[in-house]
Amino acid sequence: MNINKIDIASLNVGDQVGSRVFNFTRDSLVKYAGASGDFNPIHYRDDFAKSVGLDGVLAHGMLTMGAAVQVAVDWVGDAAAIADYGVRFTKPVFVDVANGAQVEVTGKIGEIKLDEKLVRIDLSAVCADLAVLGKAQAWVRL
Amino acid sequence: MVNINVQGKKYPATEPYLVGREKIREFANAVFASNATSHDVAAAQAAGFPDLVAPPTFAVVIQERSLHTVLADPEADIDFSRVVHGDQRFVHARPIVAGDSLTSVLEVASVKSLGPHSMITFNTEIFDASNELVCTAISTLVVRGGE
Repeated sequence: MNINKIDIASLNVGDQVGSRVFNFTRDSLVKYAGASGDFNPIHYRDDFAKSVGLDGVLAHGMLTMGAAVQVAVDWVGDAAAIADYGVRFTKPVFVDVANGAQVEVTGKIGEIKLDEKLVRIDLSAVCADLAVLGKAQAWVRL
Repeated sequence: MVNINVQGKKYPATEPYLVGREKIREFANAVFASNATSHDVAAAQAAGFPDLVAPPTFAVVIQERSLHTVLADPEADIDFSRVVHGDQRFVHARPIVAGDSLTSVLEVASVKSLGPHSMITFNTEIFDASNELVCTAISTLVVRGGE
């Protein structure tokens, strides 16, 4: 079950595999809440977010994680090729009512395991000049 | 403070969760996934899968069900309003596909204190209807201590 046509021998550590800018709006958060079942009101109610000491409504960390990996999915062409994916949540993504939030994700090749046909994609995710994910690494099976 | 004694505690398997096609499409749309194998059944089958392929983080839906049993456990004593997601990882033995019937078993891997805060790491193993391992979800929550 391998639909990608990437030749692992042609890849180099440091190569950029893609980048995308995700525009998170309040609608995106409501959609993700419904799709995932995470209805924590800090993701859609300003009054609640403020009452627990936050500056405002923030995106689900899992939404940022789920969107960021799409750069690796787009590159390889299929979600099934992502064998192992982990992130650290380093900064919240605040989503403004009017302007939303822009998260820019870039993927680069971090490591190549020729024998196992595995490639590690290191993802950077930046919002308002801050890295919102740390150690975001996706192992892709080619 | 999270009760240190729950370290190593295993929670019973959740009720089976049936992965639906439309749920995969809904989740895929929510995470901005545009790959054909998560939207188009014919494309998924042409690629060798029995049905739509779930995005790589879909397993969070199953993990969430196990997590609820821990958060409801008075012994663990976790104040959900003070929880922050620290990190998350999914290790897939195979992709999740529409039609899968999945159960999960959660074990508390570690409980650590970090000043007034607690860090609790869960390993959630997700199994299919034949009891084969599909995915291990590893999640660390930070529980902020009181002021």
